[in-house]
Amino acid sequence: MSTYSQKKGFGATLWDFLTTVDHKKIAILYLIAGGFFFLVGGLEAIFIRIQLAVPNNDFVSAGLFNEIITMHGTTMIFLAAMPLVFAFMNAVMPLQIGARDVAFPFVNALGFWLFFFGGVFLNLSWFLGGAPDAGWTSYASLAIASKGHGVDFYLLGLQISGIGTLIGGINFLVTIINMRAPGMTYMRMPLFTWTTFVTSALILFAFPPLTVGLVLMMFDRLFGANFFEVSMGGNTVIWEHLFWIFGHPEVYILILPAFGIFSEIFPIFSRKRLFGYSSMVFATVLIGFLGFMVWAHHMFTTGLGPVANAIFAVATMAIGVPTGIKIFNWLLTMWGGSVKFTTPMHWALAFIPSFLAGGVTGVMLASAAADYQYHDTYFVVAHFHYVIVGGVVFAVFAGTHLYWPKMFGTMLNEVLGKITFWLFFIGFHLTFFIQHFLGLWGMPRRVFTYLPGQGLSASNMVSSVGAAFMGVAVIVMLLNIIITSVKNVKVGNDPWGDGRTLEWSIPSPPPFYNFKQLPLVRGLDAYWLEKMDGKKGMTPAEPLGDIHMPNSSFLPFMMSLGLFIAAFGAMYHVDKEPWALPLMIFGLLVTFGSMFMRSVKDDHGFHIHKEDLIDDDEKGVKA
Amino acid sequence: MHTEEKMTYETWPAAPEKSTLEAKNKFLGFWLFLGGETVLFASLFATYLALKDKVPSTSHALAKDLFELPLTFVATMLLLTSSLTSVYAMYHMKNFAFKKMMVWLGLTVLLGAGFLGLEVYEFNHYVHKFHHTFTSSAFGSAFYTLVGFHGAHVAFGLMWILTIMIRNSKRGLNLYNAPKFYVASLYWHFIDVVWVFIFTVVYLMGMVG
Amino acid sequence: MKRLAKWRLISLFAVLALVLSGCGEPFLSTLKPAGEVADMQYDLMKLSTLIMVGVIVIVVIIFVLILVRFRRKDDKIPKQVEGSHKLEIIWTVVPILLLLILAVPTVSATFKLADVSAVDKKNSKAIVINVRSHLYWWDFEYPGQKIVTGQELVVPTNEKVYFNLKSLDVKHSFWIPAVGGKLDTNTENINKFWLEFDDKRANDAGNLFYGKCAELCGPSHALMDFKVKAISRDKFDSWVTAMQGVKDPIKAEGAVAAQGQEIFNKSCIGCHAVTPANNMPDSARIAPNLTNFGDRARIAGILDHDKKNLKKWISNPETYKPGNLMTGKYPKMTDEQLDALAEYLMGLKVQE
Repeated sequence: MSTYSQKKGFGATLWDFLTTVDHKKIAILYLIAGGFFFLVGGLEAIFIRIQLAVPNNDFVSAGLFNEIITMHGTTMIFLAAMPLVFAFMNAVMPLQIGARDVAFPFVNALGFWLFFFGGVFLNLSWFLGGAPDAGWTSYASLAIASKGHGVDFYLLGLQISGIGTLIGGINFLVTIINMRAPGMTYMRMPLFTWTTFVTSALILFAFPPLTVGLVLMMFDRLFGANFFEVSMGGNTVIWEHLFWIFGHPEVYILILPAFGIFSEIFPIFSRKRLFGYSSMVFATVLIGFLGFMVWAHHMFTTGLGPVANAIFAVATMAIGVPTGIKIFNWLLTMWGGSVKFTTPMHWALAFIPSFLAGGVTGVMLASAAADYQYHDTYFVVAHFHYVIVGGVVFAVFAGTHLYWPKMFGTMLNEVLGKITFWLFFIGFHLTFFIQHFLGLWGMPRRVFTYLPGQGLSASNMVSSVGAAFMGVAVIVMLLNIIITSVKNVKVGNDPWGDGRTLEWSIPSPPPFYNFKQLPLVRGLDAYWLEKMDGKKGMTPAEPLGDIHMPNSSFLPFMMSLGLFIAAFGAMYHVDKEPWALPLMIFGLLVTFGSMFMRSVKDDHGFHIHKEDLIDDDEKGVKA
Repeated sequence: MHTEEKMTYETWPAAPEKSTLEAKNKFLGFWLFLGGETVLFASLFATYLALKDKVPSTSHALAKDLFELPLTFVATMLLLTSSLTSVYAMYHMKNFAFKKMMVWLGLTVLLGAGFLGLEVYEFNHYVHKFHHTFTSSAFGSAFYTLVGFHGAHVAFGLMWILTIMIRNSKRGLNLYNAPKFYVASLYWHFIDVVWVFIFTVVYLMGMVG
Repeated sequence: MKRLAKWRLISLFAVLALVLSGCGEPFLSTLKPAGEVADMQYDLMKLSTLIMVGVIVIVVIIFVLILVRFRRKDDKIPKQVEGSHKLEIIWTVVPILLLLILAVPTVSATFKLADVSAVDKKNSKAIVINVRSHLYWWDFEYPGQKIVTGQELVVPTNEKVYFNLKSLDVKHSFWIPAVGGKLDTNTENINKFWLEFDDKRANDAGNLFYGKCAELCGPSHALMDFKVKAISRDKFDSWVTAMQGVKDPIKAEGAVAAQGQEIFNKSCIGCHAVTPANNMPDSARIAPNLTNFGDRARIAGILDHDKKNLKKWISNPETYKPGNLMTGKYPKMTDEQLDALAEYLMGLKVQE
């Protein structure tokens, strides 16, 4: 079983990744796929800013513009931010709790492939008659009226990738509850693990309403149901509720792991334990809980009435409190510390004022009566880009630099990393700060153009220039990745030198079984405690023994592929295409056949024998 | 403890569904999944309540015209009994009585199939007698989606239990398949609980008006 | 990282410069409120901004101090501090208090803005306007006055005007930024709210406010503008009287216009009414009412109001409003026909 380190051909590597159930490889798959979709969504963003750079522009047509904004939002949320966050959860969380893998490695792989095929399906719309054009919120009246198959791509694509996310969430929950190393109590878990935990719980409860919403709209569009058909008794506000009952927790699903990553970075590069750990945990749980109580603040102008608006306004403001707690805890973590300005720390530092700006506009938006002015204007666009880019995207950049050595065994270049940072940071504020004012000056969002003479022209130009900076920053980042990968200078267990948690106590990248012996955890920041006691590594909690590992499997790929095929059948069935129904049945057969195989074929996994582990060790010493 | 090991009545643990780490994970994971399913059905219930009796014209049948107590009562009884039989099955599973477990599971499947048969008859009845179809009104869409989702769950549960029954018919119980039986029966209970809500919210409240 | 601190400072100045340089255009900007509703909302904006700037200042001070004081200078391991209950209580309680300061006026304003009870009072003299949104145009019905107009809303100043909003196709949102926040026009129910237009500030804005659709509704969502003419109650009343006076379509003056009217009656009148009476249900009004077209400020809500633009619009509306429902509903016109039609339409005035 020591073959894992041998060089493999391309075909073998590809097959390895297609069939892997190893959380670290799945993390890499998420990183690559999420990164790819991030580039696609970024390109769409650039197109948006080119179109809006000057009034009455005709770079893209009105219809195409709506497709671009819809796909930009949908791609960035579902296909870029979430998988990138999932990449870090997969790569780091099992290591942080001292586990050899996640609870359901097979399900983990299935989750990835479902996401991936859902994302590919959605993006194929560009080549098959046009992308969805009803906005990422896909409000029912417009989405039902939308011609062509664009919205169908949205519905089916998100449905498939949504299932993947949901089972991923369950998987992480069980992993954290059942698979912690000896001594790793809940209140000793690193904060990133905590945020993964709460995020997964949010996924578990937030995705089913989206699933239902998508099913209802799919039934309306494809099978003649009347959920949103007003003349038949339908009601489009149902969609708004279902979407936002999912949609609001969704933003916390994104931001909590980002908080988690920053909560790792601040202590590492300040050489100081997280200030107010227990209040950080409490704040995380509270944010997760409140996240379900505030969805209607996206619907203040829908006409729910003053009672509902007032209640949701106050509930929304309440979220400001735990978020504020977090900001001050991070600041106080650095206070009195020994702050080193590495690339991840640059992102983390920049995150505080940037996210704060997004947070305070969030409180402004919570004020329902005033929100009637902000709602659906560029003020809102500015707000959510400040929280999502200033929070989530900064965290993804920070996490990429921080965990790159742990995932790939080599460090990204620090100079290029800082160049990326400065370009992106400047570009980000240049693009979005001015948009607050555009909104207040009367510019609605989702407009494909604007007329001259409304005082909006110069500021839009500024905003577009900023977008170019961000584009260049991403290119520098890609160069950095290429250069680093070519050089491939190997690093040790703890490349940053100040690692505090378990993942830094094992090799970079870790062996496929992660821990030869499960570590004994003696407190928060387990590895740091051992280092401070003058030890080189963790004290094992068990004698060296056989390790039970799961088998690789191609079935997750096949199950997802089946749904992907079936979705085409379901969609073209509406056009009375003769091949559509057979295609759908075939796709479902592939999926259910694979599920059946999985069910009846016993899969007991395999054992790595003690002797092989010792062999590995010696080889490691020799190399 | 290796999961494939041949077990005897003496070595059979008290909680075979949670005796290995894999089993514990499966047990917990499935409970969490049911948590998600609960939200799913809650959303469908909310949609149904919002669209109940929302029809395009006055000639369209409403809930109070459609539902009849005897039929749904029989269906409810069938499903509730099937839940009880699956409890017996799990009781025998815990006592390592494979044959008895299979018998009770078989009964569960039969009762479930009976329920499904009634549901098919019921839908057919609504469509032909009342022209209350999936596409005739928002009420129709919501009704068939909620009750149909439940029906699909019943059908899936039946297939699932049948599959693991057939798969394990020759080899008896071990620690690898015991959690599978357990989880399948858990799913069956969940379906039953959902039906209790459907019976109350859709049928009873529908008949009252 | 001194540079970072400097950057903060520069951006702070940039912000100040922005704030001082512009609050937007008086006919469009929410920062130039021109009525009671917008005032209330502007006050809330100022209050929340003030509180939030306070928070930002505190965070930035701590932040800058950290950047200056706690850079890594040596390899010493700093003291590992667990936390501080006193501090944690402070930064939990203070924000709660700050939010309460914001929450109370928010709730109060939310209820005030939703209060439309005056309409239901017996013998109510309140002006009520039924707004119906359509794909890229607006229909305004004055049920009390029994008249209909389109695209250009006419309202009296210095009194509450009540709106009943509904959409007849997909969801839109009715927004006059300078006068007050928006409310959606839903497809299934009527939403109600009120606005007030301040006479003096309406004057400053040229008596013409810009209205927008704020909910994505299709390709021409960006172009679904309307205009609001805010005039004194006297002028409003005389406008209403003038409108009510049009019982039959206004007769064209001159031969060219007469020819235009003929073309109109053949090709256009199937959708566009030229009498203001509201005797048809809202769903039967499938295109903007043109009774007072000549008095309006924009063609199709977006183009300058002259014959040249009108001819361009009629000859190819698709170029100006992609996805509109007018394109292709009438035969192609020659240049001569267009001239006649423009002449006729521009003459449709109820007031001099």
